[in-house]
Amino acid sequence: MYHQRVAIVRLRGQLEKVAGVSEHRAAGDTVSELLQALEREQTALEGWILDERGQIRQHINVFVNGDQAQADSAVSEEDKIEILPAISGG
Amino acid sequence: MTQLLVGTRKGLFVLEGQPGREFDLVTRAFVGESVEFAARDPRTGRYFVAVTSTFFGPKIWYADDLDAEWQQATGIALPKGGDQALKRIWVIVAGEDDTTLYAGGDPAVLFESHDSGETWELNVPLWEQPSRPQWRRDSGGLSVHTIVPWPGDPQRLALAISAAGVWLTEDGGATWRQGNRGIVADYLPEQAQGNSVALCVHGLERAPGRPERMFMQFHGGVYRSDDAGESWTGIADGLPSDFGFPVVVDPADPDSAYVIPVATADRLTPDGRVLVWETRDAGASWQPHGEGLPQHGAWLSVLRKAFDGIGDGPQLELYFGATSGEIFGSADAGASWCQVARRLPSIASVRAAS
Repeated sequence: MYHQRVAIVRLRGQLEKVAGVSEHRAAGDTVSELLQALEREQTALEGWILDERGQIRQHINVFVNGDQAQADSAVSEEDKIEILPAISGG
Repeated sequence: MTQLLVGTRKGLFVLEGQPGREFDLVTRAFVGESVEFAARDPRTGRYFVAVTSTFFGPKIWYADDLDAEWQQATGIALPKGGDQALKRIWVIVAGEDDTTLYAGGDPAVLFESHDSGETWELNVPLWEQPSRPQWRRDSGGLSVHTIVPWPGDPQRLALAISAAGVWLTEDGGATWRQGNRGIVADYLPEQAQGNSVALCVHGLERAPGRPERMFMQFHGGVYRSDDAGESWTGIADGLPSDFGFPVVVDPADPDSAYVIPVATADRLTPDGRVLVWETRDAGASWQPHGEGLPQHGAWLSVLRKAFDGIGDGPQLELYFGATSGEIFGSADAGASWCQVARRLPSIASVRAAS
């Protein structure tokens, strides 16, 4: 029987405040699947990371084990996922 | 005491003061965020703020007092799985029954709430308008930026969409039709006049004492409708420019309207003079008001949601903010003005509450 990989998503700043937790274990084979699972399970986060098209918001960066990742990046068991606002200024 | 809710590119500023004097800053919120619009529901006293987070997208927040924690309203989103995402909420207004509110945004969407603004749902008939593929973005987006209820009749509503003209409903938003007859868009070819929906309405206000009358600031033109938005008559003669963004009315006088003309070339106050123009004869003539406003070297840009009034008649208070961070106010229906605030961040919206 196939099991999706479970990774650890770390939430900081405003995302932590909205979700009410600093860490959440979510399942998915890709970053996109994992973020969809995160929003399903932490419903207060709906629309904060993914837009209605299911795309990662333009100025959100996702890191897997410290490396910047894309929506289709693969996720492995026990990977550490960080979701951070992009650098901004002005 | 009057309260001003000021939406800026760097957060919400709440000011309070006596009409005709400089106001004090009493609260900041959403520090560093782009606050597109903020208003207080006059029925409940509840505050609403539309924020477009650079990172987390557009949201509506509400609070019952300024010391309370802001709550995120739910349902402010387009249908999931489509090919578009909500970009911005432009405006939030109270409806005509006890608990209804409306919010307009980009891409040309209307949301309704029937529980005093806690949960919202998309108005599907407007979202599914067959002509939507022909609607055109202007430089500010494709936006429902103005929502005009009909006093005492919750079934009737007018919307202004940039750039898709005026839309009217008489059945509470179940069906919509256009109300654009008579509007001339000088940015369209002659052959397209009269049948294009690409009409860039900048501001729309209804005269509450005569609700079939509305005033419009167009993208090149000032208009009046006496038939609830079915048709429009140009009333810009006498103004220094027919270009501008907001329009405000005196609720006590259906023949009244105020506009702030700006130059077509740069969208700034013409000749470096700040003048508010008033009509008291439904647009047959216009009078400038500059007493207390800068008359030299003042190149202001006043956006479409940055002009508001409260009260009526001789006690009508008027307030407008500029992208340069200044707010001016009048306590005598525009006859004289004073600077209410200065050196704020770029101002997107000003709404007055008592």
